[in-house]
Amino acid sequence: MSDVLLKVEGLTRYFDVSKPWLNRVIEREDRQFLTATADVNFEIRRGETFALVGESGSGKSTIAKMIVGLLEPSAGRITFDDQEMNFASGAAMRTLRRRFQMIFQDPYASLNPRWHVGDIIAEPIRTFGLASGNAISREVGRLLDTVGLSASDAGKFPHEFSGGQRQRIAIARALSSRPEFIVCDEPTSALDVSVQAQILNLMRDLQDEFGLTYLLISHDLSVVRHMSNRIGVLYLGRLVEVADGKTLFTHPRHPYSRMLLDAVPDLTLSGRRRRQVEGEIPNPINPPPGCAFHPRCPHAFDRCRQEIPQPVDADGSLAACFAVEEGRI
Amino acid sequence: MAQPLLSVRDLVVEFPTRRGTLRAIDKVSFDIQEGEVLGMVGESGAGKSITGAAIIGLIEPPGRIAGGEIRLRGERIDNLRPEALRRIRGRRIGMVFQDPLTSLNPLYTVAQQLIETIRTHIDLSEREARARAVALLDRVGIPAAARRIDDYPHHFSGGMRQRVVIALALAAEPELVIADEPTTALDVSVQAQIIDVLKEICAERGAAVMLITHDMGVIAETADRVAVLYAGRLAEIGPVRDVITAAEHPYTRGLMGSIPTLTQTADRLVQIPGSMPRLNAIPQGCAFNPRCPEVFGRCRVERPDPIDRGSRRQVACWLYDTAKAEEAGNV
Ligand SMILES: Nc1ncnc2c1ncn2[C@@H]1O[C@H](COP(=O)(O)OP(=O)(O)OP(=O)(O)O)[C@@H](O)[C@H]1O
Ligand SMILES: Nc1ncnc2c1ncn2[C@@H]1O[C@H](COP(=O)(O)OP(=O)(O)O)[C@@H](O)[C@H]1O
Ligand code: SF4
Ligand code: SF4
Ligand SMILES: [Mg+2]
Ligand SMILES: [Mg+2]
Repeated sequence: MSDVLLKVEGLTRYFDVSKPWLNRVIEREDRQFLTATADVNFEIRRGETFALVGESGSGKSTIAKMIVGLLEPSAGRITFDDQEMNFASGAAMRTLRRRFQMIFQDPYASLNPRWHVGDIIAEPIRTFGLASGNAISREVGRLLDTVGLSASDAGKFPHEFSGGQRQRIAIARALSSRPEFIVCDEPTSALDVSVQAQILNLMRDLQDEFGLTYLLISHDLSVVRHMSNRIGVLYLGRLVEVADGKTLFTHPRHPYSRMLLDAVPDLTLSGRRRRQVEGEIPNPINPPPGCAFHPRCPHAFDRCRQEIPQPVDADGSLAACFAVEEGRI
Repeated sequence: MAQPLLSVRDLVVEFPTRRGTLRAIDKVSFDIQEGEVLGMVGESGAGKSITGAAIIGLIEPPGRIAGGEIRLRGERIDNLRPEALRRIRGRRIGMVFQDPLTSLNPLYTVAQQLIETIRTHIDLSEREARARAVALLDRVGIPAAARRIDDYPHHFSGGMRQRVVIALALAAEPELVIADEPTTALDVSVQAQIIDVLKEICAERGAAVMLITHDMGVIAETADRVAVLYAGRLAEIGPVRDVITAAEHPYTRGLMGSIPTLTQTADRLVQIPGSMPRLNAIPQGCAFNPRCPEVFGRCRVERPDPIDRGSRRQVACWLYDTAKAEEAGNV
């Protein structure tokens, strides 16, 4: 059994954001494509939590959806437990689908409001034929108990629960097909901090109990720091740095990672002097040429405007930056 | 202590509904001194925005201020006629909301909106007002302000729009700026820029700030004092450093422990069981009592009022009632 559970190679996804055909003809415009994810590579090892962090529009959810098979890649390969995911083959996808699940940001939108909680949780059990008859409701009760709710909640509807409780229901549902791998896309972004703490603790407990592997997606660096073994930083659809948590937070190598860390307000009142962060994220339809970060980068030089940097090894980090590559920073 | 710039006493805000009256703010009191930044934190629904709206007279009917007083430099502003309130709003109290588009009119250029605001409140010619508007935009960090000022709001990015809103809030040199989640809708890297601009420019002009946010990190870096709201009531108020490093109210302590930080990697976060009650189900006594690890008999019966703890700090919790402490023999 290989150590790597999930491997992503050259993962790329375009979206056609062209105006309707007639408008294009009249306004003499070409088709327009938005590159949501470009040439992304990473591996997730069994039992670890790998995090993707990045600002809005950096491509986090697009990657998550491709991994769980909700969105077809434009290019690249996804390998799960040494099996390449084949979007064309429904049967092959179905067997793989049982083994991974996804939890979304908005626990309300992801739960069918007209279904009883018990049916929501039981659906994957039925779909994959994991149990039948009374065994299903026993299993649902056990899952509700596992996530800190009670078996009697099975007969209620999602609207009868608070945001945090709804996220528990979503987690119970995700666990019901006994997956090995769970993709969590901003699982606590819609929750208050005290409720977020409950959910993050629960996620950790479940990981210990069931040996789960997580892909955690978040824009919150503190959450990522708390939860993850390794972290990938995304900027405009590209992975700019991958490192283990400690390395990234103590010695970020990529200028964008550094900027992002500097932008986080400091709760510990250490008096840490923050560098002024410059500029905003450019339009992803026409990203800057070369390194997309160059208009905001304090270390940019000529090469950055012409070539796209590839990841290079830098003291335990993988960083896609020419200044790092050439030893300038 | 000098007369506070803003003084809120026993504020009560109620919303009548078909199923009874909801009390969104229940006897909240606090002061803001001149030039001070008061942070207001709490979980969603705690009453932060309603408190801000009450101060500027923007509670939506049938919601109403049902009790208490709000004074600006000693003068009551909670019972003013709409037209008198409008003069205070913008002139003496500026506002910045979460979504920049609620403060900006999409049909007018930034110049038109800034000049109109300036001239409504200050006696200046069109040209003088424009010059002042350009200077202000420049100050909040809009590049090429003299040219960009004639653009419409939708020509600006989210962060730039919020800069424009800050310029608008400060256009008439108010004494107080109420900023309600001014960075929540923005990207992390842009949030820091906006907080910096807001903080600097208010300090420069001597404007006090009431900064409403659910982000303790922002409060830690920005505020002088912080008020913690829970279920429409004030749990704790005091200097930022004291509250963050040595919270006294059990709720604040739990809240601080539940926030992951960049440096700590403890296995588990502190966990407060349950969640904040809805307005129609606030428990008797201390509103926090069903979740409180230190709850005792009195908490379930009597509501604690804020208790003075020295150095402008107050905590609404029976643990700090001296009578009780004496009783327990641990003064
Ligand atoms: N169906 C779609 N059609 C067109 N563009 C899309 C589509 N889905 C995503 N995009 C674009 O792709 C880019 C990446 O989007 P994605 O949702 O992956 O970002 P994200 O990192 O998850 O952001 P957020 O933090 O806001 O959730 C964005 O520019 C987005 O606007
Ligand atoms: N128009 C309204 N009608 C009824 N209840 C309201 C209304 N506006 C706000 N509330 C309630 O008042 C409480 C405080 O709201 P708010 O001040 O917006 O909270 P926050 O701390 O998140 O800013 C909440 O419970 C909210 O549901
Ligand atoms: S490649 Fe150049 S522009 Fe990009 S991050 Fe590195 S130094 Fe900056
Ligand atoms: S008054 Fe009682 S229940 Fe309320 S916070 Fe203090 S100890 Fe806890
Ligand atoms: Mg997303
Ligand atoms: Mg609010």
